[in-house]
Amino acid sequence: MAKIQTVKFKNRPVIIGSYSIVGPKEGQGNFKNYFDYIMQDDRFGEKTYEQAEKKMIQHAIIGAIEKAHLKTSDVDLLLAGDLLNQIISSSYAARDFSCAYLGLFGACSTMAESIAVGASLVNGGLFNNVVCSTASHFSTAERQFRFPLELGNQRPPTSQWTVTGAGSCVLAQSGKGPVVTSATFGKVIDWGINDVNDMGAVMAPAAMDTMLTHFRDTKTTPDDYDLIVTGDLGKLGSEILIDLMEDQGIKLGLNYNDCGQMYFTREQSALSGGSGCGCCATVLNSFIMKKLQDGKYKKVLFMPTGALMSTTAAQQGETIPGICHAVVIERGED
Amino acid sequence: MDAKQRNEAYNQYVKAKIPKTRPWPTLFNSFLVGGIICCLGQGINDLILLWFPNMAQQTAWGYTLIILIFLASFLTGIGVYDKIGKFAGGGSIVPITGFSNSITSPALEFKHEGIIYGLCVKMFTIAGPVIVSGVVASVLVGIIYLFI
Repeated sequence: MAKIQTVKFKNRPVIIGSYSIVGPKEGQGNFKNYFDYIMQDDRFGEKTYEQAEKKMIQHAIIGAIEKAHLKTSDVDLLLAGDLLNQIISSSYAARDFSCAYLGLFGACSTMAESIAVGASLVNGGLFNNVVCSTASHFSTAERQFRFPLELGNQRPPTSQWTVTGAGSCVLAQSGKGPVVTSATFGKVIDWGINDVNDMGAVMAPAAMDTMLTHFRDTKTTPDDYDLIVTGDLGKLGSEILIDLMEDQGIKLGLNYNDCGQMYFTREQSALSGGSGCGCCATVLNSFIMKKLQDGKYKKVLFMPTGALMSTTAAQQGETIPGICHAVVIERGED
Repeated sequence: MDAKQRNEAYNQYVKAKIPKTRPWPTLFNSFLVGGIICCLGQGINDLILLWFPNMAQQTAWGYTLIILIFLASFLTGIGVYDKIGKFAGGGSIVPITGFSNSITSPALEFKHEGIIYGLCVKMFTIAGPVIVSGVVASVLVGIIYLFI
């Protein structure tokens, strides 16, 4: 029996609500008109940035539940993850919800991972309402993975800007909204990159692997999608992906783009682009959902990538593994 | 092609594709700001000697360093030094002001984890290696000095 990586959701789980919240800088970026909430202060009224990240996830979860016209007590299961050690933002946020919780870690691919897992559970009829959520915060990521904020250092041109933001969506057995029709669970791919400032190059081979598997398993081509979007490969990473796919004989056209690359304006000096769990999560739960609801898009291949990096492993000379999960979201019936 | 060959080929491909830092503008900014910091130090030193003519040159140097360290620390605290650093790169890292910034910035960053486990422990995460090599070098020089 062939190994299974791609699953089809015959019962078409519906995304009945989605919500995005971003920080002030993100609120001035290219998607500024689509976000549900833009914070005035990136501490969100909390004492520390970690608490702010937790509050953002909570805010996004409640926002998505409200937009789905549900109450928090209607939710069966919460699937969430983030970038911090022990995924504290998600787990601590989950303390305030009286539903089952599964913490996920897929680095920046968490949004697709949670939707893929959630859709599987809903499609199987096991749960009614599942909330998928993720967040990242520039200041918490910087201190965990890089340098203190006030340190006067320069960033290399390949580095990316972690998006401050959280996105959530509610999956249900039935209802109005875009539907999740299939998912490809990615493999961990490591092509020997150890530059912690070049995540795009780390994740591009993983994106290629998942994309090839997805096209093969679903018997589709890039032309079958209105939008193929990766998460945070950034400018460099998405160029690498285009090259890698071309080597495999698949040409990615104008319907391919990358959330990180699109996120910030040129003046915002984000170098290679946005990154972090919040990057693709906020784009999916604002811009892409809106376009699916409006009928601008009919079929979207959403495939965020994650660099499964640990500072300890990187300091010990390990190369960085990458992963990419793909979900297909289609316009539902009105 | 085995995995090792593939990884080597991929690393080479990525290395060729990475956008390069433009050396001349970067060097110019660096030397400009570094030079300004040095002039500032010289200016402070001259002013000290002007106002306190009886002070020994050695002592005046000491005070100059203290003032520069304070200034950099203060500018870090009000969120200006990282902006200078972004523009100047090595120009604001190499002088003693950069050293001051590298101690103040983690101290600020980790103050929420408490005075001892946060601020005091993390304060030297960046400057630590510099201090260690300074101490080791001075011990080595001391030993050599003993025998000549």
